[in-house]
Amino acid sequence: MAAEFRNIRENLLLALDTLRTHKFRSFLTILGVLIGTTTVIGVASIITGLNSQLVQAAEQYGSRTIWIYKFEIGFVFRLTREQRMRKPLKYEDAVAIRDFCPDVERVSVEIFHQGLPPVTKYKGQDMVNAQLFGATPEDFSLNNVTFVSGRPYTTVEDLHRRNVAVIGADVATTLFQNENPIDKDITVGGNSFKIIGVLGKRLAFLGDNGDDRNIYIPYWTFRKIYPAARENLILAMAYPNRMTEAMNEITDVLRRMRRVKPDQPNDFGMATAASVIGQFHQITGTVALALVVLSSIGLLVGGIGVMNIMLVSVTERTREIGVRKAIGARRQDITWQFLLEAMTLTGAGGLMGILMGYLLSFTIRTLVPSLPSSVPLWSVFIGFLVSIGIGLFFGMWPAMKASRLDPIVALRHE
Amino acid sequence: MESQTVASQLRESPAPPDNIIILAQDLWKIYDMGAIKVDALCGLSFSIRRGEYVAIMGPSGSGKSTLMNLIGCLDTPTHGEYWLNGRLVSQLTDDELAYIRNKEIGFVFQTFNLLPRATALHNVELPLIYNGTPPAERLARAEEALRMVDLGDRIHHKPNELSGGQRQRVAIARALVNHPSIILADEPTGNLDSTTGEEIMALFDSLHQSGNTIVLVTHEHDIAAHAHRVIHIRDGRVDRDEPLE
Repeated sequence: MAAEFRNIRENLLLALDTLRTHKFRSFLTILGVLIGTTTVIGVASIITGLNSQLVQAAEQYGSRTIWIYKFEIGFVFRLTREQRMRKPLKYEDAVAIRDFCPDVERVSVEIFHQGLPPVTKYKGQDMVNAQLFGATPEDFSLNNVTFVSGRPYTTVEDLHRRNVAVIGADVATTLFQNENPIDKDITVGGNSFKIIGVLGKRLAFLGDNGDDRNIYIPYWTFRKIYPAARENLILAMAYPNRMTEAMNEITDVLRRMRRVKPDQPNDFGMATAASVIGQFHQITGTVALALVVLSSIGLLVGGIGVMNIMLVSVTERTREIGVRKAIGARRQDITWQFLLEAMTLTGAGGLMGILMGYLLSFTIRTLVPSLPSSVPLWSVFIGFLVSIGIGLFFGMWPAMKASRLDPIVALRHE
Repeated sequence: MESQTVASQLRESPAPPDNIIILAQDLWKIYDMGAIKVDALCGLSFSIRRGEYVAIMGPSGSGKSTLMNLIGCLDTPTHGEYWLNGRLVSQLTDDELAYIRNKEIGFVFQTFNLLPRATALHNVELPLIYNGTPPAERLARAEEALRMVDLGDRIHHKPNELSGGQRQRVAIARALVNHPSIILADEPTGNLDSTTGEEIMALFDSLHQSGNTIVLVTHEHDIAAHAHRVIHIRDGRVDRDEPLE
């Protein structure tokens, strides 16, 4: 077996001893590596936490549901002029999808106000941020909601334009602290509705889920009260494993319904849980890339610091190198001694960085509960390996320099 | 010069008999300083038998240090042959020389040259680490070597917790631990007061008594007087080679 492996334990102990002897100097040297690793682990933990939260939040709506709206749904930051000019989707579009798309199992329609929502009142309590939706009864199953009490309204109630409402979890807790909301009457924008169902709380992404503040009334009731409302959102559920086909069929039907010319792009958008997740992954991927670039600069600077201190160490210990050579250390023994020392140095920095990263992740989780973070194992491995790699790379030259010292000259060094 | 180098390589003589531990034949060491060439050793020859106690003396600039470096395998001659314990070492590579230094030579330096942050025990263990002796055996042999120099009760002390004489004893234990062919001591008492120096020389005497070959490099006659033979070096040549009573 090669001597460098035989001596690893001795060299490691030696390196740790050097670290102990020059505690402060070592700490300053590895600060760059430490900060670099901490950043990588910290940001990786936030991205991982956000990702898992988003996946859960998106998938609770069901993986077979397709949202169709006049705009693209998801992480959209600015609308173009063409998008702002788009005409809203119509109830008839939903009917057409239901009738002409063989891979679509069910369809529902939601209609809502643009602008400030109407004020919701129950006895003395006001709620200004509740959002009123008119939705067909199928909407509850398409949105994959749960009922904590009561029931959804029926198609009969929808077609008879009854004043009934199903409220989200936050509406219930805001307006009815100690009461059972079922069969109570609330007023929304001056119109009275009887509550027949209360929905369970939904999983949130970053803070709370806006859907918990929704009030659902039958679609045709909404149309009767607000005849000018035009903003329809269509939900379509594909048969299992028929997502792509269903989306192609919907595209064909809508292009025909909205008279889109063959050479024109779609003037409507579609989203699924998967597409929203994919969009988010793209964003976090970009953030991760920027992070890698930034932290590599930090690690590079840290590496140069390590090289510098190793060169100092080689000079300081020239005589020791001479002694070691005189009593039988070969070049590779000396090379490995200093390489291992450099790797121990940066490895220690990496370990501290990992620890700091965990601490950072824990602090974020504790201080901002809505911002989830969990340290992914891969980032720990990569952080540690990269730290050691920095030591290997930047320790190479000083170690070679040490190993090439002439023992006679080194022994005479003061 | 060219032809001489080739000739000396072609004339490689057979290995010396077993009782000759060192055989130096026509050793040249020429330092090339660019414009001028400095001859530090000019065709120096001698031999040392197993179990001998030899002092090498000479004024500064005589080539004494150069010769010591060659004997200690820290350097190779420009030409000439150097046999150590039946092996021709004058043409070995760096790593092979390191192996020879580890196995065949026990260095004792004027300035002790111990590792300051290591204990006496670890300092003595060091040569064994470099030849891959297993830890348990290493420990036992290092302890034994330290007991041999009467430092059995000081094994966990660091050099700065030991007196000068004790440090030199640790260095001697380190030189002994691999059972080398020769112990090569370079002014071993140069940094010690005369009383301690005498103690160290007494230790060398007893090591010689127990069969070790010792080569002392010194310029002090008192020290050289401990040896049984003195080789005087002058201007890179053997000036006188005389036995002592």
